[in-house]
Amino acid sequence: MTEVRVHHRPISTWWWTRKPTYFVFVMRELSSIFVAWFVVYLLMLVYAVGRGEAAYEDFLAWAATPWVVVLNVVASLFLVLHVVTWFNLTPQAMDVRIRGQKAPASLVVASQYVGLAVVSAFVLWLVTR
Amino acid sequence: MADSIRLEVTRYRPEGDSGPEVQEYDVPLRKEWTVLDGLNHVKDEVDTTLAFRWSCRMGICGSCGMNVDGEPKLTCATFLSDYAPGPVRVEPLANFPIVRDLVVDLYDFMEKLPRVKPWIIRDDDLTVIDGEYLQTPEELDAYKQFSMCINCMLCYAACPVYGLDPEFIGPAAIALAERYDLDSRDRGARERLDVLIEHEGVWGCTFVGECTRVCPKHVDPAGAIQRYKLKAAKENVMAFLLPRGAR
Amino acid sequence: MSEGLVRAAHDVLIVGGGAAGLRAAIAIAETNPRLDVAVVSKVYPMRSHTVSAEGGAAGVIADDDTLDEHIYDTISGSDWLGDQDAIEAFVHEAPRELLQLEHWGCPWSRQPDGHIAVRAFGGMKKKRTWFAADKTGFHMLHSLFQTTLKYDAVTRYDEVFVTRLLVDDGRVHGVVAIGLFTGKIQAVTAKAVILCTGGCGKVFPFTTNANINTGDGMSLAYRAGAPLKDMEFVQYHPTGLPFTGILMTEAARAEGGWLLNKDGYRYLQDYDLGKPSPTPELRSMELGPRDRLSQAFVHEVEKGRTSDSPWGPIVHLDLRHLGAELIDAKLPFVRELCLKYERIDPVHELIPVRPVVHYMMGGVHTDIDGATPLEGLYAAGETACVSINGANRLGSNSLPECLVFGARAGRAAAEFASTAGPAPAVVEAQAADEVRRLERDLLAAEPGAERTSTIRQEMQATMEDAAGIYRTGPALTKGLDRLRELQDRVGRVGIADTSRSFNTELLAALELANMLDIGECILQSGLQREESRGAHQRTDFPGRDDERFLSHQLAYRNADGTVRVESLPVTITRWPPGERIYGR
Repeated sequence: MTEVRVHHRPISTWWWTRKPTYFVFVMRELSSIFVAWFVVYLLMLVYAVGRGEAAYEDFLAWAATPWVVVLNVVASLFLVLHVVTWFNLTPQAMDVRIRGQKAPASLVVASQYVGLAVVSAFVLWLVTR
Repeated sequence: MADSIRLEVTRYRPEGDSGPEVQEYDVPLRKEWTVLDGLNHVKDEVDTTLAFRWSCRMGICGSCGMNVDGEPKLTCATFLSDYAPGPVRVEPLANFPIVRDLVVDLYDFMEKLPRVKPWIIRDDDLTVIDGEYLQTPEELDAYKQFSMCINCMLCYAACPVYGLDPEFIGPAAIALAERYDLDSRDRGARERLDVLIEHEGVWGCTFVGECTRVCPKHVDPAGAIQRYKLKAAKENVMAFLLPRGAR
Repeated sequence: MSEGLVRAAHDVLIVGGGAAGLRAAIAIAETNPRLDVAVVSKVYPMRSHTVSAEGGAAGVIADDDTLDEHIYDTISGSDWLGDQDAIEAFVHEAPRELLQLEHWGCPWSRQPDGHIAVRAFGGMKKKRTWFAADKTGFHMLHSLFQTTLKYDAVTRYDEVFVTRLLVDDGRVHGVVAIGLFTGKIQAVTAKAVILCTGGCGKVFPFTTNANINTGDGMSLAYRAGAPLKDMEFVQYHPTGLPFTGILMTEAARAEGGWLLNKDGYRYLQDYDLGKPSPTPELRSMELGPRDRLSQAFVHEVEKGRTSDSPWGPIVHLDLRHLGAELIDAKLPFVRELCLKYERIDPVHELIPVRPVVHYMMGGVHTDIDGATPLEGLYAAGETACVSINGANRLGSNSLPECLVFGARAGRAAAEFASTAGPAPAVVEAQAADEVRRLERDLLAAEPGAERTSTIRQEMQATMEDAAGIYRTGPALTKGLDRLRELQDRVGRVGIADTSRSFNTELLAALELANMLDIGECILQSGLQREESRGAHQRTDFPGRDDERFLSHQLAYRNADGTVRVESLPVTITRWPPGERIYGR
């Protein structure tokens, strides 16, 4: 195969802007950073709570500063994107069968949102009781 | 409807050209004509030197994949009228080296395919004298979708991961591995997982999902890859928790 | 001797990577694992035309079926021109071969209990056609191809086109071939060569065949001195889509589809094919043999009972009464093809169809083990004529034929190669000759006054006029004269493409030369068979003439390039010639 000078086409740095699907894919990859940010944020919260009332108040004040609010809003949007795309791929990743028949994709996706709602409600109850 | 449409066709000669160039051809626009019919019109009537692959012209042999207006397509199943008034860009499949004009080098895929062991693996040595392996319609249905791959390479052309990292084993090969794993007659899942659990195996995929979208036979390679990731993840957890003999 | 003229030496070299070629490769690897096998194919094997076969593969497996019934159906289908010893071997081995494919992963459609399902097919008295929905050939080919990948003994030469057989003193020693990728012309020697290059439908303008079906193997054998047998028998399939010629599988009728003329009338009842019944009846009406159905179409045209389309007269295939569920389960590809290429949905609409050239019953003359009269040369599949198909092949016999005779040829070639010596030095001179011919006559020639595509179109029109569903002596003679003119003109074709890599213009010119040889054999054989039998219908000799023509015809190439036809007796064992009866 070495005797013919085949042509390798270079890939543009901006290849991901060429198609909406490629763009969403890159955004989804990017969303992992924000998922990581929320983990860090949660750990900071837990650390502050562990250090007592004053530290907790300081944390709340810091969390209310405009740049942290903006960051968290952006991060939330990316998190939503992450969740939605994650849920959407589940029917492809798992072969769910009900009485031998392949379960419809919409059912698999919907059941995840139900699951999410149930877990959220439980957490809400835990926090507010 | 206008009576002709312009094709903007990639030309490349390995002997002389520094790189691919675009050549324009006007071909008749007829409602029953595919992009492939347009190319054949060029070849027969206008420019005999144009090189491209084709054979069955009914979407089953997998030869005539090209990028049409930037999308990987089987040109025998893509109609010119859908691109009217034109022009239509006809390029070699993306992500593959160009050999000549619209012909790409498939060596890489042909070398990767055997690595996933796409054949029935069993430890017993039953012969045909023992009759058929029974397989219920439900068991057939479990892998049927993944057995429909025609190796047309549209999924590789659509996959940015393959474009960026040619080591990635790729959608069609993984879908074929899944096809045999899911076949009730096969016992080779373990051997295939050993291949696909490697870095350039399933983990290369970051789930763009374009492979499934462009597949002309609705094979869903993206689904196959996600299932494999689940298997591979389970395998890694098991390897962490249990000694090998217990698995 | 130029450097690197012989690219490699193998024990057995197979030309063609379809069902027959791949089956042969595996048979060799399993017969003698020490043998080194090469598969040389002008396309990647999974692109081979086997991929387009739809309906199924016949093999006796049902409890109510018997081998003798399959044998009788095949013999009567062949209009008693099939060799009965070959048909017996074929019918006995077909179920085993289909089971072997099952063990290699072919996704055969199943009964609810997990056993193989079988469907009805034209000209068959029992349900015995195994199927994988309506993509049987596709699944068989991919199962075979993927299985060959596990044999290290098999070396593939993909996209390599064979231009000549190396022959010394009646013994074949290998091939000369062009690698399409590099354009290099080199010899590959072998102790035995098996031709599995498929059919030659592209000789005709309107065919179900793929672009690659240019009869290359037949022409290679013919030029090397092996005869082509029964070339006058060209099968017209009754149901092809107009314009594209895409096949609407016979399985559509086996599942209950009807053929209707423009009045919505099931016209086959007027042609001694039985009485219409709402559900399909075996060996009757729409499940009659292909030759008779295609002939009935011509009579409907003559009676003015067909519809007009931009591509000539058509009738309709009606599947509407079968319902979406059955069509999607058993005939999904038919629906897909109709939606794509005709923009109609067969669940609700009639499918326009007309007869279309589909299959070559004739081919390289071989014995029951695939051996040709040239020592070391074998052939199998559509390229070969054993003959099990005689004057008319039954639907679903060709896929198992590829397997049974691919395996037989493989085993025979393996045995031969195990004892044969290497190629003599003299073949290198022949290889050098061939390289010179291609370099000088084609690649270095100035672009000539003649164009390959023009001559091809004229050849195809000539063949349709002379060797259609009905033929006459004068039309055949006229066609032969035309082909000889075209043979002269093809010598003046020049190749404008100066690149060596993927020079498909050169490839097309070589394929055209092959097809002209085959066209001449078809017409000369047709001219000399002064009777009507199976797919060969002469309006000037309307009856079957067992006295003069219960025999094969062998077409040899004379030194001056003309065709010489000789006859060979048909092997009759237990089934004396009788009347072909369908529907009564």
